[in-house]
Amino acid sequence: MNDLRDLYQEVILDHNKRPRNFRIIEQPTHRAEGVNPLCGDRINVYLNIEDEVIKDITFQGAGCAISSASASLMTEALKGKPIGEIEHLFEAFHNVVTSDCECPHGLGKLSVLAGVRDYPSRVKCATLAWHAVRAALEEHKEPVATE
Amino acid sequence: MSALPALSTVPIDRCADLDLARIRAEFPILRQRVHGKPLVYLDNAASVQRPKAVIDAISDCYSSYYGNIHRGVHLLSERSTTAYEGAREKVRAFLNAASVQEIIFTRNTTESINLVASSFGGSVVKAGDEIVITGMEHHSNIVPWQMLCERTGAALKVVPFTDAGELILEEYERLLDSGRVKLVGVVHLSNALGTLNPVKAMIEMAHARGVPVLVDGAQSVPHLAVDVRELDCEFYAFSSHKIYGPAGVGVLYGKKALLEAMPPYQGGGDMISLVTFEKTTYADLPNKFEAGTPSIADVIGLGAALDWLNAIGLDAVAAHEHALLEYTTARLSEIPGLRLIGTARDKAALASFTMQGIHPHDIGTILDREGVAIRAGHHCAQPVMQRYGVPATARASFAVYNTHDEADVLVKALWKVKELFA
Repeated sequence: MNDLRDLYQEVILDHNKRPRNFRIIEQPTHRAEGVNPLCGDRINVYLNIEDEVIKDITFQGAGCAISSASASLMTEALKGKPIGEIEHLFEAFHNVVTSDCECPHGLGKLSVLAGVRDYPSRVKCATLAWHAVRAALEEHKEPVATE
Repeated sequence: MSALPALSTVPIDRCADLDLARIRAEFPILRQRVHGKPLVYLDNAASVQRPKAVIDAISDCYSSYYGNIHRGVHLLSERSTTAYEGAREKVRAFLNAASVQEIIFTRNTTESINLVASSFGGSVVKAGDEIVITGMEHHSNIVPWQMLCERTGAALKVVPFTDAGELILEEYERLLDSGRVKLVGVVHLSNALGTLNPVKAMIEMAHARGVPVLVDGAQSVPHLAVDVRELDCEFYAFSSHKIYGPAGVGVLYGKKALLEAMPPYQGGGDMISLVTFEKTTYADLPNKFEAGTPSIADVIGLGAALDWLNAIGLDAVAAHEHALLEYTTARLSEIPGLRLIGTARDKAALASFTMQGIHPHDIGTILDREGVAIRAGHHCAQPVMQRYGVPATARASFAVYNTHDEADVLVKALWKVKELFA
Protein backbone atom coordinates (compact mmCIF):
# COMPACT_ATOMS: atom_id res chain seq x y z
CA MET A 1 0.00 0.00 0.00
CA ASN A 2 2.83 2.39 0.84
CA ASP A 3 4.49 2.24 -2.56
CA LEU A 4 1.07 2.68 -4.16
CA ARG A 5 0.77 5.92 -2.21
CA ASP A 6 3.88 7.10 -4.09
CA LEU A 7 1.84 6.81 -7.26
CA TYR A 8 -1.58 7.72 -5.95
CA GLN A 9 -0.61 10.76 -3.90
CA GLU A 10 -3.30 12.81 -2.22
CA VAL A 11 -2.92 15.61 -4.75
CA ILE A 12 -3.52 13.13 -7.59
CA LEU A 13 -6.52 11.54 -5.92
CA ASP A 14 -7.92 15.01 -5.25
CA HIS A 15 -7.47 16.20 -8.85
CA ASN A 16 -9.00 12.93 -10.08
CA LYS A 17 -12.05 13.39 -7.91
CA ARG A 18 -12.37 17.13 -8.48
CA PRO A 19 -10.64 17.93 -11.75
CA ARG A 20 -9.87 21.64 -12.23
CA ASN A 21 -10.79 23.44 -15.46
CA PHE A 22 -12.97 20.48 -16.38
CA ARG A 23 -15.25 22.20 -18.88
CA ILE A 24 -15.62 23.04 -22.55
CA ILE A 25 -14.58 26.42 -23.98
CA GLU A 26 -17.33 27.21 -26.48
CA GLN A 27 -15.17 29.08 -28.97
CA PRO A 28 -11.58 28.08 -28.36
CA THR A 29 -8.76 29.39 -30.49
CA HIS A 30 -7.23 25.93 -30.34
CA ARG A 31 -8.48 22.46 -29.50
CA ALA A 32 -7.47 18.82 -29.97
CA GLU A 33 -8.46 15.33 -28.95
CA GLY A 34 -5.99 12.90 -27.45
CA VAL A 35 -6.64 9.17 -27.48
CA ASN A 36 -4.80 6.28 -25.97
CA PRO A 37 -5.59 3.41 -28.34
CA LEU A 38 -4.38 0.84 -25.83
CA CYS A 39 -7.06 1.66 -23.29
CA GLY A 40 -9.55 3.71 -25.26
CA ASP A 41 -9.14 6.77 -23.04
CA ARG A 42 -10.10 10.04 -24.71
CA ILE A 43 -9.40 13.58 -23.65
CA ASN A 44 -10.31 16.87 -25.30
CA VAL A 45 -8.33 20.02 -24.54
CA TYR A 46 -9.51 23.54 -25.31
CA LEU A 47 -7.34 26.66 -25.33
CA ASN A 48 -7.87 30.38 -25.68
CA ILE A 49 -4.63 31.96 -26.75
CA GLU A 50 -4.20 35.72 -27.04
CA ASP A 51 -0.94 37.43 -27.92
CA GLU A 52 0.96 34.14 -27.57
CA VAL A 53 -0.31 33.71 -24.01
CA ILE A 54 -2.62 30.96 -22.74
CA LYS A 55 -5.53 32.96 -21.36
CA ASP A 56 -7.67 29.89 -20.68
CA ILE A 57 -7.17 26.14 -20.90
CA THR A 58 -9.69 23.42 -20.09
CA PHE A 59 -10.27 19.74 -20.71
CA GLN A 60 -13.01 17.12 -20.85
CA GLY A 61 -12.99 13.40 -21.22
CA ALA A 62 -12.82 10.07 -19.48
CA GLY A 63 -9.62 8.58 -18.24
CA CYS A 64 -7.87 6.90 -15.37
CA ALA A 65 -6.85 8.77 -12.22
CA ILE A 66 -3.38 9.37 -13.61
CA SER A 67 -4.52 10.84 -16.92
CA SER A 68 -7.33 12.88 -15.35
CA ALA A 69 -5.14 14.29 -12.59
CA SER A 70 -2.33 14.97 -15.02
CA ALA A 71 -4.69 16.87 -17.33
CA SER A 72 -6.11 18.82 -14.42
CA LEU A 73 -2.66 19.70 -13.06
CA MET A 74 -1.49 20.61 -16.54
CA THR A 75 -4.28 23.12 -17.07
CA GLU A 76 -3.37 24.78 -13.76
CA ALA A 77 0.30 24.86 -14.70
CA LEU A 78 -0.22 26.26 -18.20
CA LYS A 79 -2.88 28.89 -17.56
CA GLY A 80 -1.33 32.34 -18.01
CA LYS A 81 1.91 30.98 -19.47
CA PRO A 82 3.32 32.16 -22.79
CA ILE A 83 3.01 29.36 -25.35
CA GLY A 84 6.76 29.48 -25.81
CA GLU A 85 7.14 27.82 -22.40
CA ILE A 86 5.00 24.77 -23.16
CA GLU A 87 7.70 22.75 -24.87
CA HIS A 88 10.17 23.41 -22.09
CA LEU A 89 7.65 22.43 -19.41
CA PHE A 90 6.60 19.31 -21.30
CA GLU A 91 10.19 18.22 -21.67
CA ALA A 92 10.85 18.70 -17.97
CA PHE A 93 7.62 16.90 -17.09
CA HIS A 94 8.38 14.02 -19.45
CA ASN A 95 11.80 13.60 -17.85
CA VAL A 96 10.26 13.49 -14.41
CA VAL A 97 7.77 10.73 -15.31
CA THR A 98 10.23 8.61 -17.27
CA SER A 99 13.62 8.86 -15.57
CA ASP A 100 15.22 8.99 -12.17
CA CYS A 101 16.43 12.54 -12.63
CA GLU A 102 16.11 15.09 -9.89
CA CYS A 103 12.89 17.03 -10.21
CA PRO A 104 13.80 20.27 -11.97
CA HIS A 105 12.70 23.50 -10.41
CA GLY A 106 9.69 25.23 -11.83
CA LEU A 107 7.54 22.12 -12.25
CA GLY A 108 5.63 22.91 -9.09
CA LYS A 109 2.72 20.58 -8.39
CA LEU A 110 3.36 18.66 -11.60
CA SER A 111 6.14 16.85 -9.81
CA VAL A 112 3.59 14.84 -7.78
CA LEU A 113 3.35 12.65 -10.86
CA ALA A 114 6.99 11.58 -10.50
CA GLY A 115 5.79 8.27 -9.01
CA VAL A 116 4.67 7.25 -12.51
CA ARG A 117 8.30 6.49 -13.38
CA ASP A 118 8.01 3.22 -11.42
CA TYR A 119 4.99 2.21 -13.53
CA PRO A 120 6.19 2.26 -17.15
CA SER A 121 2.82 1.11 -18.49
CA ARG A 122 1.25 4.25 -17.04
CA VAL A 123 3.57 6.88 -18.55
CA LYS A 124 1.22 7.27 -21.51
CA CYS A 125 -1.63 8.06 -19.13
CA ALA A 126 0.39 10.88 -17.59
CA THR A 127 1.41 12.40 -20.91
CA LEU A 128 -1.88 12.07 -22.84
CA ALA A 129 -3.16 15.59 -22.07
CA TRP A 130 0.22 17.09 -22.91
CA HIS A 131 0.25 15.38 -26.29
CA ALA A 132 -3.21 16.80 -26.91
CA VAL A 133 -2.08 20.34 -26.09
CA ARG A 134 0.88 20.08 -28.41
CA ALA A 135 -1.45 18.76 -31.13
CA ALA A 136 -3.84 21.65 -30.53
CA LEU A 137 -1.06 24.15 -31.07
CA GLU A 138 -0.07 22.37 -34.28
CA GLU A 139 -3.76 22.46 -35.24
CA HIS A 140 -4.14 18.74 -35.82
CA LYS A 141 -7.51 17.88 -37.30
CA GLU A 142 -7.31 14.18 -36.40
CA PRO A 143 -7.16 12.98 -32.80
CA VAL A 144 -3.59 12.58 -31.64
CA ALA A 145 -2.68 9.15 -30.30
CA THR A 146 -0.14 8.16 -27.69
CA GLU A 147 0.90 5.19 -29.86
CA MET B 1 -21.48 -30.27 -27.15
CA SER B 2 -24.12 -30.06 -24.50
CA ALA B 3 -25.08 -26.71 -23.04
CA LEU B 4 -23.41 -26.04 -19.74
CA PRO B 5 -25.69 -25.91 -16.73
CA ALA B 6 -26.54 -22.50 -15.34
CA LEU B 7 -24.14 -21.37 -12.63
CA SER B 8 -26.52 -21.92 -9.80
CA THR B 9 -26.89 -25.61 -10.60
CA VAL B 10 -23.18 -26.39 -10.35
CA PRO B 11 -22.38 -27.63 -6.87
CA ILE B 12 -19.36 -25.81 -5.49
CA ASP B 13 -17.70 -28.98 -4.18
CA ARG B 14 -17.25 -30.36 -7.68
CA CYS B 15 -13.85 -28.70 -7.86
CA ALA B 16 -12.79 -31.46 -5.48
CA ASP B 17 -12.58 -33.60 -8.62
CA LEU B 18 -9.30 -31.91 -9.45
CA ASP B 19 -5.96 -32.18 -7.69
CA LEU B 20 -5.24 -28.47 -7.92
CA ALA B 21 -1.93 -28.63 -6.04
CA ARG B 22 -0.64 -31.17 -8.54
CA ILE B 23 -1.94 -29.18 -11.49
CA ARG B 24 -0.38 -25.95 -10.23
CA ALA B 25 2.96 -27.69 -9.67
CA GLU B 26 3.07 -28.37 -13.40
CA PHE B 27 3.24 -24.63 -14.18
CA PRO B 28 6.74 -23.33 -13.40
CA ILE B 29 5.74 -19.70 -13.97
CA LEU B 30 3.11 -19.78 -11.23
CA ARG B 31 5.73 -20.33 -8.52
CA GLN B 32 7.02 -16.77 -8.60
CA ARG B 33 6.32 -13.69 -6.56
CA VAL B 34 5.59 -10.32 -8.15
CA HIS B 35 6.18 -7.13 -6.17
CA GLY B 36 6.92 -9.44 -3.24
CA LYS B 37 3.50 -11.13 -3.39
CA PRO B 38 2.64 -14.61 -4.69
CA LEU B 39 1.55 -14.34 -8.32
CA VAL B 40 -2.21 -14.66 -8.80
CA TYR B 41 -2.59 -14.95 -12.55
CA LEU B 42 -6.11 -14.01 -13.61
CA ASP B 43 -5.41 -12.79 -17.14
CA ASN B 44 -5.99 -16.17 -18.73
CA ALA B 45 -8.46 -14.91 -21.32
CA ALA B 46 -5.66 -12.77 -22.78
CA SER B 47 -3.19 -15.62 -22.76
CA VAL B 48 -2.98 -18.63 -20.48
CA GLN B 49 0.24 -20.08 -19.01
CA ARG B 50 1.77 -23.36 -20.17
CA PRO B 51 2.40 -26.58 -18.24
CA LYS B 52 5.86 -28.14 -18.23
CA ALA B 53 4.63 -30.89 -20.58
CA VAL B 54 4.17 -28.27 -23.29
CA ILE B 55 7.44 -26.47 -22.62
CA ASP B 56 9.22 -29.84 -22.67
CA ALA B 57 7.56 -30.90 -25.93
CA ILE B 58 8.82 -27.75 -27.66
CA SER B 59 12.25 -28.05 -26.10
CA ASP B 60 12.44 -31.74 -27.02
CA CYS B 61 11.59 -30.99 -30.64
CA TYR B 62 14.36 -28.42 -30.94
CA SER B 63 16.85 -30.48 -28.89
CA SER B 64 16.39 -33.84 -30.51
CA TYR B 65 14.54 -34.09 -33.80
CA TYR B 66 13.80 -30.73 -35.44
CA GLY B 67 13.83 -30.58 -39.23
CA ASN B 68 11.61 -29.00 -41.84
CA ILE B 69 8.48 -30.96 -42.64
CA HIS B 70 7.01 -32.52 -45.76
CA ARG B 71 10.18 -32.28 -47.82
CA GLY B 72 13.21 -34.04 -46.43
CA VAL B 73 14.07 -37.71 -46.87
CA HIS B 74 16.33 -37.51 -43.85
CA LEU B 75 15.40 -38.87 -40.45
CA LEU B 76 14.92 -35.55 -38.65
CA SER B 77 12.55 -34.26 -41.31
CA GLU B 78 10.59 -37.50 -41.17
CA ARG B 79 10.37 -37.39 -37.38
CA SER B 80 9.29 -33.74 -37.40
CA THR B 81 6.69 -34.45 -40.08
CA THR B 82 5.32 -37.36 -38.07
CA ALA B 83 5.08 -35.25 -34.91
CA TYR B 84 3.55 -32.28 -36.77
CA GLU B 85 0.93 -34.42 -38.48
CA GLY B 86 0.39 -36.23 -35.18
CA ALA B 87 -0.57 -32.90 -33.66
CA ARG B 88 -3.05 -32.37 -36.48
CA GLU B 89 -4.68 -35.69 -35.62
CA LYS B 90 -4.84 -34.60 -31.95
CA VAL B 91 -6.64 -31.41 -32.95
CA ARG B 92 -9.01 -33.41 -35.16
CA ALA B 93 -9.87 -35.72 -32.30
CA PHE B 94 -10.18 -32.77 -29.88
CA LEU B 95 -12.80 -31.10 -32.09
CA ASN B 96 -14.25 -34.43 -33.29
CA ALA B 97 -13.75 -33.36 -36.90
CA ALA B 98 -14.35 -36.00 -39.55
CA SER B 99 -10.92 -35.75 -41.15
CA VAL B 100 -7.44 -34.31 -40.58
CA GLN B 101 -7.90 -32.63 -43.96
CA GLU B 102 -10.34 -30.31 -42.21
CA ILE B 103 -7.73 -29.02 -39.75
CA ILE B 104 -5.68 -26.07 -41.01
CA PHE B 105 -2.83 -24.64 -38.92
CA THR B 106 -2.59 -20.86 -38.94
CA ARG B 107 -0.84 -18.29 -36.71
CA ASN B 108 -3.83 -17.59 -34.47
CA THR B 109 -7.62 -17.19 -34.41
CA THR B 110 -7.27 -13.84 -36.17
CA GLU B 111 -5.49 -15.41 -39.11
CA SER B 112 -8.02 -18.25 -39.23
CA ILE B 113 -10.86 -15.74 -39.55
CA ASN B 114 -8.94 -13.66 -42.09
CA LEU B 115 -8.38 -16.83 -44.12
CA VAL B 116 -12.13 -17.45 -44.29
CA ALA B 117 -12.97 -13.79 -44.95
CA SER B 118 -10.42 -13.60 -47.74
CA SER B 119 -10.77 -17.01 -49.39
CA PHE B 120 -14.39 -18.00 -48.78
CA GLY B 121 -15.69 -14.43 -48.48
CA GLY B 122 -13.67 -13.21 -51.43
CA SER B 123 -15.08 -15.87 -53.74
CA VAL B 124 -18.69 -16.00 -52.50
CA VAL B 125 -19.62 -12.52 -51.26
CA LYS B 126 -20.77 -9.92 -53.80
CA ALA B 127 -22.15 -6.39 -53.72
CA GLY B 128 -25.54 -6.30 -52.02
CA ASP B 129 -24.85 -9.41 -49.94
CA GLU B 130 -24.79 -9.35 -46.15
CA ILE B 131 -22.52 -10.74 -43.43
CA VAL B 132 -24.10 -11.18 -40.00
CA ILE B 133 -22.00 -10.92 -36.85
CA THR B 134 -22.96 -10.15 -33.25
CA GLY B 135 -22.51 -7.06 -31.12
CA MET B 136 -20.16 -8.88 -28.76
CA GLU B 137 -17.47 -9.91 -31.23
CA HIS B 138 -13.77 -9.42 -30.63
CA HIS B 139 -12.21 -7.01 -33.15
CA SER B 140 -10.76 -10.06 -34.90
CA ASN B 141 -14.28 -11.15 -35.87
CA ILE B 142 -15.33 -7.64 -36.91
CA VAL B 143 -12.51 -6.05 -38.88
CA PRO B 144 -11.88 -8.88 -41.42
CA TRP B 145 -15.59 -8.72 -42.35
CA GLN B 146 -15.54 -4.93 -42.57
CA MET B 147 -12.56 -5.19 -44.91
CA LEU B 148 -14.42 -7.79 -46.98
CA CYS B 149 -17.50 -5.55 -47.12
CA GLU B 150 -15.38 -2.60 -48.25
CA ARG B 151 -13.84 -4.70 -51.01
CA THR B 152 -17.08 -6.22 -52.25
CA GLY B 153 -19.81 -3.71 -51.46
CA ALA B 154 -21.51 -6.14 -49.08
CA ALA B 155 -23.08 -4.92 -45.82
CA LEU B 156 -22.23 -5.92 -42.26
CA LYS B 157 -25.25 -6.60 -40.02
CA VAL B 158 -24.96 -6.85 -36.24
CA VAL B 159 -27.10 -8.92 -33.86
CA PRO B 160 -27.83 -6.82 -30.75
CA PHE B 161 -27.72 -8.12 -27.18
CA THR B 162 -29.53 -7.37 -23.94
CA ASP B 163 -28.20 -5.48 -20.92
CA ALA B 164 -27.40 -8.84 -19.36
CA GLY B 165 -25.22 -9.66 -22.36
CA GLU B 166 -27.46 -12.19 -24.14
CA LEU B 167 -27.97 -12.13 -27.89
CA ILE B 168 -31.48 -11.23 -29.02
CA LEU B 169 -32.27 -14.23 -31.19
CA GLU B 170 -35.45 -12.70 -32.62
CA GLU B 171 -33.29 -9.95 -34.10
CA TYR B 172 -30.84 -12.55 -35.36
CA GLU B 173 -33.66 -14.38 -37.10
CA ARG B 174 -34.95 -11.13 -38.58
CA LEU B 175 -31.49 -10.40 -40.02
CA LEU B 176 -31.25 -13.93 -41.46
CA ASP B 177 -34.61 -13.49 -43.15
CA SER B 178 -33.30 -10.80 -45.49
CA GLY B 179 -32.32 -13.56 -47.89
CA ARG B 180 -29.05 -11.78 -48.64
CA VAL B 181 -26.91 -13.24 -45.87
CA LYS B 182 -23.86 -15.14 -47.12
CA LEU B 183 -22.18 -15.94 -43.80
CA VAL B 184 -22.72 -15.69 -40.05
CA GLY B 185 -19.78 -15.06 -37.71
CA VAL B 186 -20.42 -15.58 -34.01
CA VAL B 187 -18.25 -15.75 -30.93
CA HIS B 188 -18.79 -18.90 -28.86
CA LEU B 189 -17.70 -17.41 -25.53
CA SER B 190 -17.42 -13.62 -25.29
CA ASN B 191 -14.03 -12.43 -24.04
CA ALA B 192 -15.51 -9.17 -22.75
CA LEU B 193 -18.71 -10.46 -21.11
CA GLY B 194 -18.18 -14.16 -20.45
CA THR B 195 -21.44 -14.92 -22.27
CA LEU B 196 -21.72 -18.43 -23.64
CA ASN B 197 -23.73 -17.99 -26.82
CA PRO B 198 -26.31 -20.57 -28.01
CA VAL B 199 -24.26 -21.34 -31.11
CA LYS B 200 -25.90 -24.68 -31.84
CA ALA B 201 -29.34 -23.09 -32.08
CA MET B 202 -27.90 -20.18 -34.07
CA ILE B 203 -26.27 -22.57 -36.54
CA GLU B 204 -29.55 -24.44 -36.98
CA MET B 205 -31.36 -21.16 -37.64
CA ALA B 206 -28.75 -20.16 -40.22
CA HIS B 207 -28.77 -23.57 -41.90
CA ALA B 208 -32.55 -23.44 -42.20
CA ARG B 209 -31.87 -20.56 -44.60
CA GLY B 210 -28.84 -22.13 -46.26
CA VAL B 211 -26.35 -19.78 -44.55
CA PRO B 212 -22.94 -21.11 -43.40
CA VAL B 213 -21.58 -20.21 -39.95
CA LEU B 214 -18.11 -19.43 -38.62
CA VAL B 215 -17.67 -19.80 -34.85
CA ASP B 216 -14.89 -17.87 -33.10
CA GLY B 217 -13.80 -20.36 -30.46
CA ALA B 218 -10.75 -18.50 -29.13
CA GLN B 219 -12.18 -18.27 -25.62
CA SER B 220 -14.36 -21.37 -25.53
CA VAL B 221 -12.04 -24.28 -26.31
CA PRO B 222 -10.08 -24.16 -23.02
CA HIS B 223 -13.29 -24.21 -20.99
CA LEU B 224 -15.79 -26.59 -22.59
CA ALA B 225 -15.81 -29.63 -24.86
CA VAL B 226 -16.46 -28.68 -28.49
CA ASP B 227 -17.75 -31.14 -31.07
CA VAL B 228 -17.78 -29.52 -34.51
CA ARG B 229 -19.85 -32.30 -36.02
CA GLU B 230 -22.52 -31.97 -33.38
CA LEU B 231 -22.48 -28.17 -33.75
CA ASP B 232 -22.47 -28.65 -37.53
CA CYS B 233 -20.70 -25.29 -38.03
CA GLU B 234 -18.92 -24.69 -41.34
CA PHE B 235 -15.86 -23.11 -39.69
CA TYR B 236 -14.45 -23.10 -36.16
CA ALA B 237 -11.38 -21.04 -35.22
CA PHE B 238 -9.17 -21.03 -32.13
CA SER B 239 -5.68 -20.16 -30.86
CA SER B 240 -3.13 -22.41 -29.22
CA HIS B 241 -1.99 -19.80 -26.72
CA LYS B 242 -5.36 -19.70 -24.98
CA ILE B 243 -5.51 -23.47 -24.51
CA TYR B 244 -2.20 -24.05 -22.67
CA GLY B 245 -0.22 -24.30 -25.91
CA PRO B 246 2.47 -21.99 -27.30
CA ALA B 247 1.71 -18.67 -28.97
CA GLY B 248 2.07 -18.43 -32.74
CA VAL B 249 -0.26 -21.26 -33.71
CA GLY B 250 -3.94 -21.11 -34.55
CA VAL B 251 -6.41 -23.61 -35.91
CA LEU B 252 -9.09 -23.33 -38.52
CA TYR B 253 -11.56 -26.18 -38.79
CA GLY B 254 -13.56 -26.12 -42.01
CA LYS B 255 -15.92 -28.57 -43.63
CA LYS B 256 -14.00 -30.43 -46.30
CA ALA B 257 -16.33 -29.67 -49.21
CA LEU B 258 -16.10 -25.94 -48.49
CA LEU B 259 -12.33 -25.93 -48.01
CA GLU B 260 -11.90 -27.85 -51.25
CA ALA B 261 -13.98 -25.32 -53.16
CA MET B 262 -12.15 -22.33 -51.65
CA PRO B 263 -9.13 -20.75 -53.38
CA PRO B 264 -5.79 -20.71 -51.51
CA TYR B 265 -5.26 -17.89 -49.00
CA GLN B 266 -1.52 -17.40 -49.45
CA GLY B 267 0.78 -18.74 -52.12
CA GLY B 268 4.20 -20.26 -51.57
CA GLY B 269 5.99 -23.43 -50.69
CA ASP B 270 4.25 -26.49 -49.25
CA MET B 271 0.86 -25.52 -50.72
CA ILE B 272 1.55 -26.67 -54.27
CA SER B 273 1.74 -29.96 -56.10
CA LEU B 274 3.34 -28.65 -59.28
CA VAL B 275 4.72 -25.24 -60.22
CA THR B 276 5.71 -24.10 -63.68
CA PHE B 277 5.91 -20.51 -64.80
CA GLU B 278 2.77 -21.08 -66.83
CA LYS B 279 0.59 -22.65 -64.18
CA THR B 280 0.61 -23.97 -60.63
CA THR B 281 -1.42 -26.89 -59.36
CA TYR B 282 -2.29 -26.55 -55.70
CA ALA B 283 -1.75 -29.18 -53.09
CA ASP B 284 -4.64 -31.09 -51.56
CA LEU B 285 -6.07 -30.26 -48.15
CA PRO B 286 -4.86 -29.30 -45.66
CA ASN B 287 -1.56 -28.21 -47.27
CA LYS B 288 -3.34 -25.95 -49.74
CA PHE B 289 -3.88 -23.51 -46.89
CA GLU B 290 -0.49 -23.87 -45.21
CA ALA B 291 1.93 -21.96 -47.41
CA GLY B 292 5.51 -21.70 -46.15
CA THR B 293 7.29 -23.34 -43.26
CA PRO B 294 4.95 -23.32 -40.26
CA SER B 295 5.86 -22.96 -36.60
CA ILE B 296 6.60 -26.69 -36.40
CA ALA B 297 7.68 -27.04 -32.78
CA ASP B 298 4.78 -24.88 -31.63
CA VAL B 299 2.23 -27.02 -33.48
CA ILE B 300 3.76 -30.03 -31.73
CA GLY B 301 3.50 -28.06 -28.46
CA LEU B 302 -0.21 -27.53 -29.13
CA GLY B 303 -0.59 -31.28 -29.50
CA ALA B 304 1.08 -31.75 -26.13
CA ALA B 305 -1.25 -29.14 -24.60
CA LEU B 306 -4.32 -31.01 -25.86
CA ASP B 307 -2.95 -34.30 -24.47
CA TRP B 308 -2.41 -32.56 -21.13
CA LEU B 309 -5.89 -31.04 -21.08
CA ASN B 310 -7.54 -34.31 -22.16
CA ALA B 311 -5.82 -36.11 -19.29
CA ILE B 312 -7.56 -33.77 -16.84
CA GLY B 313 -10.81 -33.83 -18.78
CA LEU B 314 -12.72 -30.79 -19.98
CA ASP B 315 -15.80 -31.71 -17.97
CA ALA B 316 -13.79 -31.53 -14.74
CA VAL B 317 -12.19 -28.27 -15.92
CA ALA B 318 -15.58 -26.74 -16.71
CA ALA B 319 -17.04 -27.79 -13.38
CA HIS B 320 -14.12 -26.36 -11.43
CA GLU B 321 -14.11 -23.08 -13.34
CA HIS B 322 -17.86 -22.71 -12.99
CA ALA B 323 -17.66 -23.17 -9.26
CA LEU B 324 -14.84 -20.63 -9.12
CA LEU B 325 -16.76 -18.12 -11.21
CA GLU B 326 -19.88 -18.56 -9.12
CA TYR B 327 -17.91 -18.02 -5.92
CA THR B 328 -16.01 -15.01 -7.31
CA THR B 329 -19.19 -13.42 -8.68
CA ALA B 330 -20.84 -13.70 -5.27
CA ARG B 331 -17.85 -12.15 -3.52
CA LEU B 332 -17.54 -9.36 -6.10
CA SER B 333 -21.21 -8.53 -5.67
CA GLU B 334 -20.53 -7.70 -2.00
CA ILE B 335 -18.31 -4.77 -3.00
CA PRO B 336 -20.33 -1.52 -3.06
CA GLY B 337 -20.13 0.32 -6.38
CA LEU B 338 -18.86 -2.72 -8.25
CA ARG B 339 -20.86 -3.36 -11.42
CA LEU B 340 -20.61 -6.66 -13.26
CA ILE B 341 -20.55 -6.19 -17.03
CA GLY B 342 -22.11 -9.31 -18.47
CA THR B 343 -24.62 -11.21 -16.36
CA ALA B 344 -25.89 -13.75 -18.86
CA ARG B 345 -27.49 -16.94 -17.55
CA ASP B 346 -24.95 -19.04 -19.49
CA LYS B 347 -21.55 -17.68 -18.56
CA ALA B 348 -18.09 -19.11 -18.25
CA ALA B 349 -14.58 -18.46 -17.16
CA LEU B 350 -14.45 -14.72 -16.56
CA ALA B 351 -15.88 -11.75 -14.67
CA SER B 352 -15.78 -8.32 -16.27
CA PHE B 353 -16.57 -5.36 -14.02
CA THR B 354 -16.26 -1.66 -13.29
CA MET B 355 -16.02 0.18 -9.96
CA GLN B 356 -17.80 3.47 -9.45
CA GLY B 357 -15.45 6.43 -9.74
CA ILE B 358 -12.39 4.26 -10.30
CA HIS B 359 -10.94 3.67 -13.73
CA PRO B 360 -10.11 0.04 -14.62
CA HIS B 361 -6.47 0.99 -15.28
CA ASP B 362 -6.11 2.19 -11.73
CA ILE B 363 -7.71 -1.04 -10.52
CA GLY B 364 -5.23 -3.00 -12.65
CA THR B 365 -2.20 -1.12 -11.33
CA ILE B 366 -3.22 -1.49 -7.70
CA LEU B 367 -4.03 -5.19 -8.11
CA ASP B 368 -0.68 -5.75 -9.80
CA ARG B 369 1.08 -4.46 -6.67
CA GLU B 370 -0.88 -7.09 -4.72
CA GLY B 371 0.43 -9.79 -7.07
CA VAL B 372 -2.86 -10.07 -8.97
CA ALA B 373 -2.63 -9.94 -12.78
CA ILE B 374 -5.89 -8.94 -14.48
CA ARG B 375 -6.75 -7.25 -17.73
CA ALA B 376 -7.90 -3.64 -17.70
CA GLY B 377 -9.02 -2.14 -20.97
CA HIS B 378 -11.46 -2.56 -23.82
CA HIS B 379 -10.54 -6.22 -24.44
CA CYS B 380 -10.35 -5.62 -28.20
CA ALA B 381 -14.14 -5.34 -28.06
CA GLN B 382 -14.73 -1.58 -28.20
CA PRO B 383 -18.32 -1.94 -29.49
CA VAL B 384 -19.14 -3.87 -26.30
CA MET B 385 -17.69 -1.03 -24.20
CA GLN B 386 -19.76 1.48 -26.19
CA ARG B 387 -22.87 -0.66 -25.62
CA TYR B 388 -22.43 -0.31 -21.86
CA GLY B 389 -21.20 3.29 -21.98
CA VAL B 390 -17.88 2.52 -20.30
CA PRO B 391 -14.40 3.25 -21.68
CA ALA B 392 -13.01 0.02 -20.30
CA THR B 393 -13.59 -2.74 -17.78
CA ALA B 394 -11.46 -4.75 -15.40
CA ARG B 395 -11.54 -8.47 -16.15
CA ALA B 396 -10.55 -11.44 -14.04
CA SER B 397 -10.42 -14.60 -16.13
CA PHE B 398 -9.84 -18.12 -14.91
CA ALA B 399 -7.90 -21.17 -15.94
CA VAL B 400 -7.95 -24.68 -14.53
CA TYR B 401 -5.08 -23.85 -12.14
CA ASN B 402 -6.85 -21.01 -10.34
CA THR B 403 -8.12 -21.57 -6.82
CA HIS B 404 -10.74 -20.21 -4.48
CA ASP B 405 -7.92 -18.79 -2.37
CA GLU B 406 -6.79 -16.76 -5.37
CA ALA B 407 -10.32 -15.46 -5.81
CA ASP B 408 -10.12 -14.32 -2.18
CA VAL B 409 -6.82 -12.51 -2.87
CA LEU B 410 -8.49 -10.75 -5.82
CA VAL B 411 -11.48 -9.66 -3.76
CA LYS B 412 -9.31 -8.51 -0.85
CA ALA B 413 -7.20 -6.45 -3.26
CA LEU B 414 -10.35 -4.87 -4.70
CA TRP B 415 -11.36 -3.77 -1.22
CA LYS B 416 -7.93 -2.13 -1.00
CA VAL B 417 -8.65 -0.31 -4.25
CA LYS B 418 -11.82 1.08 -2.68
CA GLU B 419 -9.92 2.09 0.42
CA LEU B 420 -7.27 3.95 -1.58
CA PHE B 421 -9.84 5.80 -3.65
CA ALA B 422 -12.25 6.41 -0.79
